[in-house]
Amino acid sequence: MSELRLEQVSRWYGNVVAVNGVSMTIGPGVTGLLGPNGAGKSTLIHMMGGFLPPSSGTVTLDGAPIWHNPDVYRSLGLVPEREAAYDFLTGRQFILAMAKLHKLPEPGAAAERALGLVEMHYAADRAIGNYSKGMKQRIKMASALVHDPPVLLLDEPFNGMDPRQRLHLMDLIRRMAAEGRTILFSSHILEEVERLAGHIEVVVAGRHAASGDYRRIRRLMTDRPHLFLVRSTDDRRLAAEIIADGSARGVELTDKGLRVEATDFQRFTLVLPRIARDADVRLWEVSPSDESLESVFSYLVAR
Amino acid sequence: MNATIAMITFRSMLGRRRALLLLLLPAALVMLSAALRLIGENDLEVAANVLQRFGVATLLPLLALIAGTGVIGPEIDDGQIMYVLTKPIPRQVVVLTKLAVAIVLVTLFAAVPTLLAGLILAGTTEMMTPAFTVGVLAGGIAYSAVFVALAVVSRNAVTIGLLYALVWESLLGNFAPGAKSASIQQWAVSVADALTGTSYVTSTVALGVALPLLALTTLAAAMLAVVRLRSLSVASAE
Repeated sequence: MSELRLEQVSRWYGNVVAVNGVSMTIGPGVTGLLGPNGAGKSTLIHMMGGFLPPSSGTVTLDGAPIWHNPDVYRSLGLVPEREAAYDFLTGRQFILAMAKLHKLPEPGAAAERALGLVEMHYAADRAIGNYSKGMKQRIKMASALVHDPPVLLLDEPFNGMDPRQRLHLMDLIRRMAAEGRTILFSSHILEEVERLAGHIEVVVAGRHAASGDYRRIRRLMTDRPHLFLVRSTDDRRLAAEIIADGSARGVELTDKGLRVEATDFQRFTLVLPRIARDADVRLWEVSPSDESLESVFSYLVAR
Repeated sequence: MNATIAMITFRSMLGRRRALLLLLLPAALVMLSAALRLIGENDLEVAANVLQRFGVATLLPLLALIAGTGVIGPEIDDGQIMYVLTKPIPRQVVVLTKLAVAIVLVTLFAAVPTLLAGLILAGTTEMMTPAFTVGVLAGGIAYSAVFVALAVVSRNAVTIGLLYALVWESLLGNFAPGAKSASIQQWAVSVADALTGTSYVTSTVALGVALPLLALTTLAAAMLAVVRLRSLSVASAE
């Protein structure tokens, strides 16, 4: 059982702050690192993988610092986001070389086991340069698993995968976690993280925005004021009825229609048609106006 | 030294197209020598000229540049170096292995062709051929270390290396004699000069200065490479 711990970690490049005072502890099971593109997920993973020193704060694995400490790689497997592997090697040669670099007692057996885990035996004798994106992802996964590490870091592992490959990788990650490993993967897609991660850490604009299981994150994201744009036959009358009902925090009459700030997403969408019917107003359009992931995330930060 | 890293590095360096690139200049040197011999233009002066101008001043720095930067630069640029660095292997082992591969390549593609060309042109007269071979080897080791370090430090290693070899060593060396003392090429000539009796080979740097400078440069470059590789951080891919 291994534990990755970040304490007050910041990282800046010149004047640009990429990660700002992040503290988190990642234990056994699957943790999803969720955030929009450019939020600092890769920077965090690079620091946890020993490829970037934190500008301040500490990153440790079971108490040992990760930066300048190649020994941590005995218990750490890293799947980088970049595709480049050694294209001129076959899958089997590549994994065998990784096993030898780890100085495993039986590199051949370890390589075959890792190839089996990702179900790549069938293509193991083809050059990596000829692999599809999903196959490359799997061979990278095998390279990170060859020494059976208790901790696994995956940077955007599902990028560019088709749905079948995605399911297969999710399955593999679940199995790895069931064996008691500590697994962290990054993603900018909520559904992906929700399906796989028992625990979710949300980062937005370099800050640690939220932390918890998917129910908690889901609730945080839905229990926020939602903006709707509503057009109808009689905006003024509808506005009065919505206010009277109490399901909105504010209503604004604009020349494009009504801007409604609902307090409760679900209740408002249920109640609006009834209000309109009772008031004899016909609805032309009801559209949520800030449903981008970005705005959901920035709400979490501003909270 | 790590056999697996060496294997991967050799395979990437001797892949089809790169091997051709490595073979081009040495083949030209050997063919030129054979042609000179065929038309009977192979007296000792011509031989010394060819070995020094082509062997030491052109073949050696260019091959060392290709080999020295090639063993590690592309791997850093493409990110494959991550697969080597995420292993419990001390970084000095990584650097020393890469350097050893570069030196082997320089030996194969610069020192051996120099030896062949010398044998074709001058045989073993005045020990000039072995002298140049040893000079190329000595210079090759220093050049390799410098170019490996350059590739770890900068993404523009090839450009900087070319500027050093072409502008500093060749051009400035001709105009400003002082620049000649700070030149791996001249140190290599100095080694060759000390080993042969012929007066056609003259160096501007004394052997007593050249040898310590060669050793010091190699050592300093290797250490710089280790230090910088230890703190190699990925420029964020985002």
